[in-house]
Amino acid sequence: MKDGRFLTLGIETSCDETAASVVADGRFVMSNVISSQIDIHTAYGGVVPEIASRKHLERINDVIGKAMADAGVSASDIDLIGVTYGPGLVGALLIGVAAAKAMAYACDIPLVGVNHMHGHIAANYLEHNDLEPPFMALIVSGGHTEIVNVPEYNKCEKLGGTRDDAAGEAFDKVARVIGLGYPGGPKIDRAAKEGDAESIAFKRVYLEHGSLDFSFSGLKTQALNYLNQERQAGREINVNNVAASFQEAVVEVIADKAVMAAEKYRQKRIVMAGGVASNSRLRALIEEKAGARDIDVLKPSPVLCTDNGAMIASAAFYAYRAGAEPDLELDAVPGLEF
Amino acid sequence: MKAIDNFRRNLNTEDDTRAFGLEIAEALEPGDVVALIGDLGTGKTALTKYIAEGLGVTEEINSPTFTIVKEYRSGRLPLYHFDVYRLGSGEELLDIGAEEMLDGDGVCVIEWADIVADVLPDDAAAIQLEYGENEGERIAEFL
Repeated sequence: MKDGRFLTLGIETSCDETAASVVADGRFVMSNVISSQIDIHTAYGGVVPEIASRKHLERINDVIGKAMADAGVSASDIDLIGVTYGPGLVGALLIGVAAAKAMAYACDIPLVGVNHMHGHIAANYLEHNDLEPPFMALIVSGGHTEIVNVPEYNKCEKLGGTRDDAAGEAFDKVARVIGLGYPGGPKIDRAAKEGDAESIAFKRVYLEHGSLDFSFSGLKTQALNYLNQERQAGREINVNNVAASFQEAVVEVIADKAVMAAEKYRQKRIVMAGGVASNSRLRALIEEKAGARDIDVLKPSPVLCTDNGAMIASAAFYAYRAGAEPDLELDAVPGLEF
Repeated sequence: MKAIDNFRRNLNTEDDTRAFGLEIAEALEPGDVVALIGDLGTGKTALTKYIAEGLGVTEEINSPTFTIVKEYRSGRLPLYHFDVYRLGSGEELLDIGAEEMLDGDGVCVIEWADIVADVLPDDAAAIQLEYGENEGERIAEFL
């Protein structure tokens, strides 16, 4: 405790980012340190687990130290530690979990494990201080495309998810084949602004009537087929048009399904989360479609969309408040479900 | 792995891919490794889904690109589904602890296996997937 406020240290190492943050009362970000490995990964066109683990290990202590220094607190002020224990890359997760356990043990602070996906949703509690459940959450990132009903804190009902590739993954793969490189999402977003989204008619994949699941693998194949066909015909490929048309086909389906889910569960708010929630076209389209049905759309600022420790701290705070048992035996669970 | 006819298959429809996946699943034994090789969009994940179906896996199989490997235990044998698209070498595969799975009680299906070929067992069943003549058609060949 410091100045009567409950302090949570959040630690996140599930993928690219080594991150730590101190959050007061589950809502107020006192510090948010993110050390990204994206420069390293750019050279490889994706996340390389071995590098990820090694870099996390090199940085974790400094990142935690800086998070506490930036917040002006010391370990004795921390009331709770929250750490991501899945889903993610096993080697990467283990670094955060081990660091959190060591600190919890040495300083006698309760430790709770946080599901990374719950963290993404909790990012919105930091951005919108008056937000409380119930609401509909849409999580779109490199590894996930999920629609989740959130009836109360710490309760998440997954209504739909991807059956093959995640949205961000589809962006990455298509960006790679059209030569835009990694990370694919922001690069496609930027190129799409210069392109015509109606220039190529990629088929939208909605699956069975009423389904809240997604499938982007076929769309990826459509894009590849288009590129092959154009190359064989000797036509020059307009990268911006491919980016815009592909992006539109992805985000239109996501926006439609998120709105459909909100209507079905009578939620008046859609809360966006995950890296792809920063996609400018997705944001615009979902606001347009939701707005037409009197549904509000909330989204965290880009820094909270990316993986960060603050969202983990917030999720840990609410889990602890709801009675989550502190666990010093915590282990990483790479395939953790909702 | 039990004997399987290793002639070249024309997978002209999704049903053909399913039949092939089920046939592979039928032949799988503990410790088997299926190495799938093929470009983006040639149906590696789709084939894996049908292998999983054949094993009796009830969970949804989706792309493991993000976490490199996903584990499914609801079938006749444990299934380790790898996508090593983001890896640079076989050594990196071992770095994430894959050895236990490669040499374990279950079966491994590895997408983009050519990237990690140097650390795969010699008796891995390597299957190359390629685009067929027409859109939607694929050709599968044992290497």
